[in-house]
Amino acid sequence: MTYPENFLYTKEHEWVLVEGDTGTIGITFHAQKELGDIVYVDLPKVGATAEKGKTIGSVESVKAVSDIFSPVSGEVTAVNDLLTTSPEKLNEDPHGAAWMFKVRLAMPEETKELMKAADYAGYAGDE
Amino acid sequence: MVDFGGWDMPVQYSGLIDEHRTVRTAVGLFDVSHMGEIEVRGPEALRLVNYVATNDASLLKIGQAQYSGLLYEHGGFVDDILVHKVADDHYFLCVNASNQDKDYEHIAAHNTFDCSVENAGARYAQIAVQGPRGLDTLQKLTEVELAPIAYYHFKDGDVSGTPARIARTGYTGEDGFEIYLAPEQAPRIWDDLMEAGQEFGIKPAGLGARNTLRLEAKMALYGHEIGASITPWEADLAWIVKVKKGEFIGRNALIEAKEGGLTRKLIGFEMLGRGIGRDGYEVHVDGIPAGWVTSGGPAPTLNKNIGLCYLPLKQAEIGRTIHIMVRNQPVEAVTVSTPFYKRPK
Repeated sequence: MTYPENFLYTKEHEWVLVEGDTGTIGITFHAQKELGDIVYVDLPKVGATAEKGKTIGSVESVKAVSDIFSPVSGEVTAVNDLLTTSPEKLNEDPHGAAWMFKVRLAMPEETKELMKAADYAGYAGDE
Repeated sequence: MVDFGGWDMPVQYSGLIDEHRTVRTAVGLFDVSHMGEIEVRGPEALRLVNYVATNDASLLKIGQAQYSGLLYEHGGFVDDILVHKVADDHYFLCVNASNQDKDYEHIAAHNTFDCSVENAGARYAQIAVQGPRGLDTLQKLTEVELAPIAYYHFKDGDVSGTPARIARTGYTGEDGFEIYLAPEQAPRIWDDLMEAGQEFGIKPAGLGARNTLRLEAKMALYGHEIGASITPWEADLAWIVKVKKGEFIGRNALIEAKEGGLTRKLIGFEMLGRGIGRDGYEVHVDGIPAGWVTSGGPAPTLNKNIGLCYLPLKQAEIGRTIHIMVRNQPVEAVTVSTPFYKRPK
């Protein structure tokens, strides 16, 4: 698996794409593969406050529930409603159409602690 | 792979939903070698089996199997088991993997009938061939005529040249067979079955699909619907208790429990609100904690989120609005009749 070079990654298998003062957040290919068939996604509301490392939502597969931890802090400015009706998109396109929510970055320097694509690929250890 | 009571078990192969639907529509192959086996032999084998198990093994003919329970004196479950009558002096029990040693010690401790009780799990692998094309798949590998074997009956015969016990049983709510055979032959027979089933679209299926399939069919899972603190009355398993057959372990407690009035009961539910009720979640009735979910999750055949829960007897009636506490939020559900899925005849 090749992970997008322009994303940053967490140890909990979320990704964030930083464009200006906005971070777009999702879960990685590895995360969706480990979860299996995703059937339900619980997203934050627009206007909610995301805190780095804190639970902001959850993803459920047939088998299990997994918390989503926000990789960055800030106000949630958008959520991807597609996932409410088609949670399986997370299995199909986790790095693209199945982004989860956007945050206006309160502390852009937080992203320095996140992993780059090559490091994450080694960490995730996909075959 | 996950660790399951010391066994490395695949949770899924091609994907849980795909495997689940394959079993419902074609045929799936499960490696369930972790299941335990206990052999009871001797002239008084029937008396021992009928003393430790709740169902009436005297009703069995040779070649017939029966779902039953092992209970403690206080009426709670040691385990749920399948009793196969091999001969008048030989019963073959299939038990849960994680309970095998406990079950063996329990039965051996009550063996005042001079039977031989063998903890035989290491001598058997088990492969389950489940689904509407299970018979067609297995038939290609055996001379034993499978069609005449009725549900919950078995025959001994060769599969791919290896002696096997072929039982028309399963844990999926679908037609199919469970095959017991020597472990050293199991990998080869697995491969032969995969090849034989290719034309029917066979796929290997894991623990994940096994769980969603059995939940749709409302089959109990030890540690969830049943356990040491739960009686067969509560678990909606009165049909495996034959009080009239005579003395057995747990009988007195069950009679007392019934006379004293039951307090809770297992009942099915369907989620109405957005959210999935899962194992262990609290159930509220009229805003008050009333019970817990024993098993819950998406039902791939039904495209619904379903589950089983314990509720106070008075509230355990079909059609009642309940709330499942999903991460501290009440989500609406309704109690429904079970099984959730019944295979078309």
